[in-house]
Amino acid sequence: MRIALFITCVNDTLFPDTGRHVVRLLERLGHEVVFPEGQTCCGQMHYNTGYRRPAAKLAVRFVRTFEDADAVVVPSGSCAAMIRDNYPRLGGSGSRLSRKVAGLAPRVYDLTELLVDVLGVTDVGAYYPHKVAYHPTCHGLRMLGLGDRPYRLLRAVRGLELVELAGATECCGFGGTFAVKNGDVSSAMGADKARHAVESGAEVLCAVDNSCLMHIGGTLSRQRSGLRVAHIAEILASTEKEGALR
Amino acid sequence: MSATFLGIPPFPEAARAAVDDSRLRHNLRKATHTIRDKRGAVVTELEEDWERLRSEGAAIKSHTLRHLDHYLEQLESSVERAGGHVHWAADAAEANAIVTRLVQATGETDVVKVKSMATQEIELNNALAEAGITAYETDLAELIVQLGDDLPSHILVPAIHLGRSQIREIFLDQMAEWGVAAPEGLTDDPRALAEAARVHLRERFLRTRTAISGANFAVADSGTLVVLESEGNGRMCLTLPETLISVVGIEKIVPTWADLEVFMQTLPRSSTGERMNPYTSTWTGVTPGDGPQEFHLVLLDNGRTDVLADTVGRQALRCIRCSACLNTCPVYERTGGHAYGSVYPGPIGAILTPQLRGMSSEVDEALPYASSLCGACYEVCPVAIDIPEVLVHLREEVAAGPGHLGEKAMMKGAEAVLGSSHALNAAQHAAGAARNLVPRHLPGMAGAWTDTRDLPDVPAESFRQWWNKHEKGQS
Repeated sequence: MRIALFITCVNDTLFPDTGRHVVRLLERLGHEVVFPEGQTCCGQMHYNTGYRRPAAKLAVRFVRTFEDADAVVVPSGSCAAMIRDNYPRLGGSGSRLSRKVAGLAPRVYDLTELLVDVLGVTDVGAYYPHKVAYHPTCHGLRMLGLGDRPYRLLRAVRGLELVELAGATECCGFGGTFAVKNGDVSSAMGADKARHAVESGAEVLCAVDNSCLMHIGGTLSRQRSGLRVAHIAEILASTEKEGALR
Repeated sequence: MSATFLGIPPFPEAARAAVDDSRLRHNLRKATHTIRDKRGAVVTELEEDWERLRSEGAAIKSHTLRHLDHYLEQLESSVERAGGHVHWAADAAEANAIVTRLVQATGETDVVKVKSMATQEIELNNALAEAGITAYETDLAELIVQLGDDLPSHILVPAIHLGRSQIREIFLDQMAEWGVAAPEGLTDDPRALAEAARVHLRERFLRTRTAISGANFAVADSGTLVVLESEGNGRMCLTLPETLISVVGIEKIVPTWADLEVFMQTLPRSSTGERMNPYTSTWTGVTPGDGPQEFHLVLLDNGRTDVLADTVGRQALRCIRCSACLNTCPVYERTGGHAYGSVYPGPIGAILTPQLRGMSSEVDEALPYASSLCGACYEVCPVAIDIPEVLVHLREEVAAGPGHLGEKAMMKGAEAVLGSSHALNAAQHAAGAARNLVPRHLPGMAGAWTDTRDLPDVPAESFRQWWNKHEKGQS
């Protein structure tokens, strides 16, 4: 299958390895990945902070860039949720944007949805000999409804021991600009999430969203916990022959 | 004079103090998690019925709000037909004046109150005090707040921020001034505390001839008012006095008695995690020889009509004050209710308060941002209020206003960079080149990040730079 990658602005700029892992994983599974050059950002930061007009402009750009794709993979639960749940609110009813979104949004998938629902695989042939805890990010959990898909994918990884994370469904406290506008509350939430992660006994905390991981990972790093964070794509892309990219 | 929310700083600042208060954090965490777990268990046992009840509740409320003028007039005539009197109050001042006049007409200077958010909203106790009338709170938690000269911090459990040893101290210090003193040697055993409150209140109930209540629901076709509670103190207030004055927000209406069926299932499960609440009291006008012989209903607008005019924001008026959103909110759990600077705290307060008051102050402008948009509040709401949607909607109003210049500049900058892939690529090149110059501690607003979290390392090349090489077979 020919799959268009929407890398997201945060991944593109700060976490390019996530995109490389997605490419490596999908190519290994025999699919073609294309990267439409005109893409930039889904507009989530603008939308969530109350800047609707720039968010709408970015939505128009996204739709224009990806409207011909058979499937769009987004290695970020919150950006996928922005496109599927919030784009329909950005155009007025019957507007050109809402018509286009209605056509495109059902073909936009988080990585774990694409693998399980569209490509029909749970065992992607990965090897990752570490203790791993999974943090179900809020948008992945509640807006996309990823359910057990990430867990099924992780359980099928050879060598991986999946450990339970206490308070898993609680928000890590990132919330985009919330992390700076309400820094104290955000930090307190992040500290609790980090504590649960450490107490889980995991070596690696993974999620479907680098933004949440940047917040939790930054907290873990400041605490010198020794626990690292990884996007789920990194784990699924790793094999016995080719370990994780660094 | 009771305490007031006036003067509480905007949320981020008020929250900072709360986050630093370890005793408060402990009390809140324990209490919210206990109720949260109980709610989860009793909601889960209803299985798919829950989603049906949830959408029916939302539909009944939405329908009523859409035809509110009709149902209000119907309620007025059915209450009067049953022997009650109806008064209309456009705002807090009008409502307070009406209630004060009604109490004065009874010749009493003491009134008992069953917990009512509406009278908290209009600060009725202060208005009565100015007229020389003392209002005695009878809900246990509300009594604690009143004795402690404190402010409520939760819709259902106004004293949730206090531990039992703090409550014991308040009882020992204050009860004597308000009536029957606390027994000597009072311990912080919950049963001993409840017994002290019971003895204190019993004397008050038997002596007071005028009562003020709120209502959870007002049934339009029969004129019946409904209060749900756990302690029975409300029932004492509603039945023993001679005059009963109920102050009720105009959004509390349901069309028919049959509509209560849905809410009698969803409200107790959502609020206290019980299948049904211990006391449900209903009253319709007056009945000779039974209960209060004079009944007044004060219907309160106080901004609600304005909220109704906002097509996105109006869903906040569906709220049945269950407080499930507070108990599940990770932000509320760490800040408590006082930080919201209003009688309605938590996620529902963050959308209801700025709409009722109008977003003209820093406190109200900060409220729509007092959320990480995690969506847990929407998930538990028994009338399916999409709180995150309203939060974002209200943020748009704030962002359209004159303030937040630094943020606006930042958003403008981001818009320019993200407006074309070339601009983004150029910015990424620049960031990659300057990657070793990023300081460990950032100045200004971004400092909120680096105070407690490390920044990620800026990579040498962006994904799109790597992709271009990958496509050319160089990777």
